[in-house]
Amino acid sequence: MALLTINNLHAEIEESGIEILKGLSLTVNPGEVHAIMGPNGSGKSTLASVLAGREDYEVTEGSIDFDGEDLVEMDADERAREGLFLAFQYPVELPGVSMTNFLKEAVNAQRKHRGLEPMKAVDFLKLMKEKAAMVDLNPNLKQRSVNEGFSGGEKKRNEIFQLAMLEPKLAILDETDSGLDIDALRIVADGVNALRSPDRGYIVITHYQRLLDYIVPDVVHVLVNGRIVKSGPKELAYELEEKGYDWIKEELEPVG
Amino acid sequence: MATTLTTPTFLEDRFVRAFEANEGITLNGSNANIHGVRRAAMDAFQTLGFPKPKVEAWKYTNISRVLRGDFGLALSPTSHGLTAEDIDGMLIPDLDAHLIVLVNGRYDAGLSRIGELPEGVIVTNFAHASEQYADLVNAHFAQYAKYKEESFAALNTAFAQDGYFVYVPKNVIFETPVVVLHVLTGGDSLFIQPRSLFVVERSAQATVIELKQSTTEVPMFTNAVTEVYVGANAKADHYQVQEEAATQHQVTYLEAYQERDSYFSTHTETFSGGTVRNNLGLLPNDENIETHLIGLFLCNGTMHVDNHTLVDHAMPNCMSNELYKGILDDKSVGVFNGKVFVRQDAQKINAYQTNKTIVLTEQAKMYSKPELEIYADDVQCSHGATTGQIEDEAMFYLMARGIPPKRARALLLLAFARDVLDTVEVEPLADYLDGLINARFDA
Repeated sequence: MALLTINNLHAEIEESGIEILKGLSLTVNPGEVHAIMGPNGSGKSTLASVLAGREDYEVTEGSIDFDGEDLVEMDADERAREGLFLAFQYPVELPGVSMTNFLKEAVNAQRKHRGLEPMKAVDFLKLMKEKAAMVDLNPNLKQRSVNEGFSGGEKKRNEIFQLAMLEPKLAILDETDSGLDIDALRIVADGVNALRSPDRGYIVITHYQRLLDYIVPDVVHVLVNGRIVKSGPKELAYELEEKGYDWIKEELEPVG
Repeated sequence: MATTLTTPTFLEDRFVRAFEANEGITLNGSNANIHGVRRAAMDAFQTLGFPKPKVEAWKYTNISRVLRGDFGLALSPTSHGLTAEDIDGMLIPDLDAHLIVLVNGRYDAGLSRIGELPEGVIVTNFAHASEQYADLVNAHFAQYAKYKEESFAALNTAFAQDGYFVYVPKNVIFETPVVVLHVLTGGDSLFIQPRSLFVVERSAQATVIELKQSTTEVPMFTNAVTEVYVGANAKADHYQVQEEAATQHQVTYLEAYQERDSYFSTHTETFSGGTVRNNLGLLPNDENIETHLIGLFLCNGTMHVDNHTLVDHAMPNCMSNELYKGILDDKSVGVFNGKVFVRQDAQKINAYQTNKTIVLTEQAKMYSKPELEIYADDVQCSHGATTGQIEDEAMFYLMARGIPPKRARALLLLAFARDVLDTVEVEPLADYLDGLINARFDA
């Protein structure tokens, strides 16, 4: 059974009523990595936001089935507890909220949802240490406030660290590679690859083919003007890197 | 016995009449100095009258509206049924302390647990101290409270009877804090005027924690004055946690005088009450003095909390730091008016003032007025005030990790208050305050 089935999804910005996603369809099976590429303004980040349940967007048509559940009906926190994870393009700074406290709340909210007891403090700290090492995050981070004073690279690694702590069914990486130098990119990619598993799916949204050398996708999709207009094997990413997106747009809109 | 204050022509008359009726009888002890000041204070009160709403310092707090209730003046201790068990329920868990219990403003020896004290340290009630330690009391009583200018301070001084008295002689590090538990109780509406003195001599150190609790919903009005003396090279910390009922109002004055090289901090945490007005007056009167004024107010319902502070830097090389944070829910109102004077000779002053408020509803209101008046030219001063809402993006980030919205909100509000809680050096008290915030937003 598919992990995620998006069918003819239409979504608009709630405040302005401007439609961004215009009939998007996508199926992700467990274990698969799907890359989504596309020009600026094509709707890539909107797709991530709509999937994660950001309230600024309204789904006007179509459906999203996530592991047998209707995702559209759920609030953001319910989606996360059902196993959906968004690695933010711009991770939010939370001064005064310590990393330990934040992760403890998150992990225990998810455990509670699965009918499990809160994690013991000792086990939790051990888990934190182990997962932080995966993305080369300083173990001293646990007393620090979430993302406060983190460098750009640390913020992105922190997102993958949270992914490792929460072990979701589906992870959406929203331009996690943007702005990372090659060392940071490798660390992030290594973390993601270590967390690949037969029952976990990934949607990797990116501008740059380079990331896909490190996180090798099963399928590459091209998002243009709110719809997936082309899908193909990983080689498609090279073609996009080389030729840009205009040739696809031309294919779509025959001159005349 | 309570002398009832009824059918006034003017609000002030009730107090003047009660004073005339009781002066020389109930109000008098053996301390002639206090008696002398009493009369002068009453004269000042008659001249000043209660603050009118149009007075700038009381512009956002209409105090006469809440003064109109039928309050009885409690000039003798009232009987009550409070037990040691009741008291236990009002204390800070896991805090080892010397305990003074004031019931409706009067000392209760049976409920207090003062315990053993270091040599020379005095922890007792004001009434007892004014007889037993008259010289110590007279050296400080009415020296710092501005009873000739502030009508509530004048009124309190005129009726001064009981409160707490903490004295720490020089070089004594008095490590265990003193907890002063103020309890309002019973079925009578009372006008209560605790009067207290906290004296820390040269190179000594001490902490006082005042807890304001109530076991009744009956309207009450507390007009409290505390005077603090911090000797040279001494350190004094003062905390006040206000948790009275929504029908209970209070005006508090804390006036502190600091000698050179001293450190003083005062923390005011307001969690409930009706109309609450806290006045702080700090006089760092020599060089190399450090002063911290910290406050947190969590308001709901129709609560009205007004923090009014004054730091008067007359001398050079001092530091003052002011941090007030508030969270306003429902239809509550917050007021912050902080004034820092830096006089001409007060060079090399560092004075910082911050007031930040989160407003949770459209009906809640915050009036913030940080003021700096600087007459010296070589100083570092800053002040700032912000009022805003919880950030949507922060809420979304927490929810995107599976944290339910109510819990996410509590986490963010607790984080907002974090830097205030971080200034609390008494750990069980910090935990207690943390718990109160959690309970408020995560019930």
